[in-house]
Amino acid sequence: MSDKTTVVVTGLGATTPLGGDVPSTWSALLAGKSGVRKLDWDILDQIPVKFAAQLAVDPAEIMPRAQLRRLDRNQAIALIAAREAWTHAGFAPPAKKGRKAADEEAPAPEGDTVDGDRLGVVISSGIGGLHTALNSYDDWRDKGWKRVSPFTVPMLMPNGASGHVGIEFGAMAGSHALVSACASSAEAVGYAIDMIRAGRADVVICGGTESCIHPLQMASFGSMRAMSTRNDEPERASRPYDKNRDGFVLGEGAAVMILESEEHARARGARIHAIAAGCGYSGDAYDIVLPEPSGSGQAKAMRRALVDAGLKPEDIVHVNAHATSTPAGDIAELNSIKAALGEEQAKKITVTGTKSMTGHLLGGAGALESVITILTLREGLVPPTANLEDLDDEVDLDIVRGEPRRLPDGPLAALNNSFGFGGHNVSVAFRRAV
Amino acid sequence: MAVATEQEILDGLAEIIDEIVGIDKSEVTPEKNFIDDLDIDSLSMVEIAVAAQDKFGVEIPDDELRNLKTVKDVINFVQNLQK
Repeated sequence: MSDKTTVVVTGLGATTPLGGDVPSTWSALLAGKSGVRKLDWDILDQIPVKFAAQLAVDPAEIMPRAQLRRLDRNQAIALIAAREAWTHAGFAPPAKKGRKAADEEAPAPEGDTVDGDRLGVVISSGIGGLHTALNSYDDWRDKGWKRVSPFTVPMLMPNGASGHVGIEFGAMAGSHALVSACASSAEAVGYAIDMIRAGRADVVICGGTESCIHPLQMASFGSMRAMSTRNDEPERASRPYDKNRDGFVLGEGAAVMILESEEHARARGARIHAIAAGCGYSGDAYDIVLPEPSGSGQAKAMRRALVDAGLKPEDIVHVNAHATSTPAGDIAELNSIKAALGEEQAKKITVTGTKSMTGHLLGGAGALESVITILTLREGLVPPTANLEDLDDEVDLDIVRGEPRRLPDGPLAALNNSFGFGGHNVSVAFRRAV
Repeated sequence: MAVATEQEILDGLAEIIDEIVGIDKSEVTPEKNFIDDLDIDSLSMVEIAVAAQDKFGVEIPDDELRNLKTVKDVINFVQNLQK
């Protein structure tokens, strides 16, 4: 082991196409349910993709209308997930700010408190406020310049979610938003680990959010021929490792974790769900959208994650794969796993592709799959890869399908891979808390 | 539009404020200061002013907006322009 500060996970939150919180999302994952649904927007008649994985619970069911007016949807759901994670970690809800705070003499809410100067936030989004940008332009064109909301800029900026979460919980150690396409929120977890190790914070709220299920985004990915066009059975469209996979399915959602130094967590008696052991990164330096074909960049990220976490390949029992259900990408990643862990070890582990159920959350994917990896270790159950009916002949690793797979007892470790356009490769390592 | 009474302007403004910042209509009374009493920030005031212009059919220049500190200030401003 190393002399690095041990960073633990003490809270989890998420709102996803499978459920409005972590427990409902987790039970849907174990049941192999799909969050993908047909969309009934007329404009989609013009493009080859007519479905996506929208949120199971709309933010309008939870947040007051006036608050939603000034939040892009990606920011609203980041706040919803952050609130769940915060409460789950045993922290007291934040004090109300502004005028009403002085009026109310409510008793102090139950829960632990954190020194704001020791609290950080790292919430990523790959795309940011796409809905806001497009809607504001429509408002200008259709109703005049004065109808462009003065909140347009804070709503469309991709760091907006991080800003809002920082404001709500009073995070003054630093507020960050790393942007690296579909690897964005895996980087957020890595950055949060480093903030704590560097002594900049005791507690960091970290995660990712994405909400860009808009016709333009679907047309743009559609024009790249990157998306599944299985319009006759959308819920079976996302099928990593299946012979008949034909592209990814766009999803939306947010996932947030509370990371904390072990010392801080133990001092307050918090429940530790897993150890955020380390993170590895690499850049492909190859192409703006295509992954480097040999997978050497991905393998480097995994190996560096092991080094950073003080783990050996034999410690790894499971990989939550990036596995977006594209014909080339899924197999390339399996080859990278073999290169990183060694062929023999790679054949001993289980691999799963949970985007088969959640769709691809882009900048929210790394965080959601980190949450899933943490639960996988904690519960000792690997969620299955859904829709895997006819295994691709090139797959020679153990992909969990059908039923959840039970993990052995003991001190296990797992990796969560995320790769993004731009050649960003990120692998986050988690260890089971024992 | 027809000249609005003080009560009509107050009611209209309260509706706008409820819609934009979610403050209950009953809290919007003439003596209230937007910033100190109602906790409305400057960007929200821009939105409220644009909505008020549409509702009452008057122009509120940015220079004037700065001087409209209370609910009563807006009522007076709208009434003066409608005369």
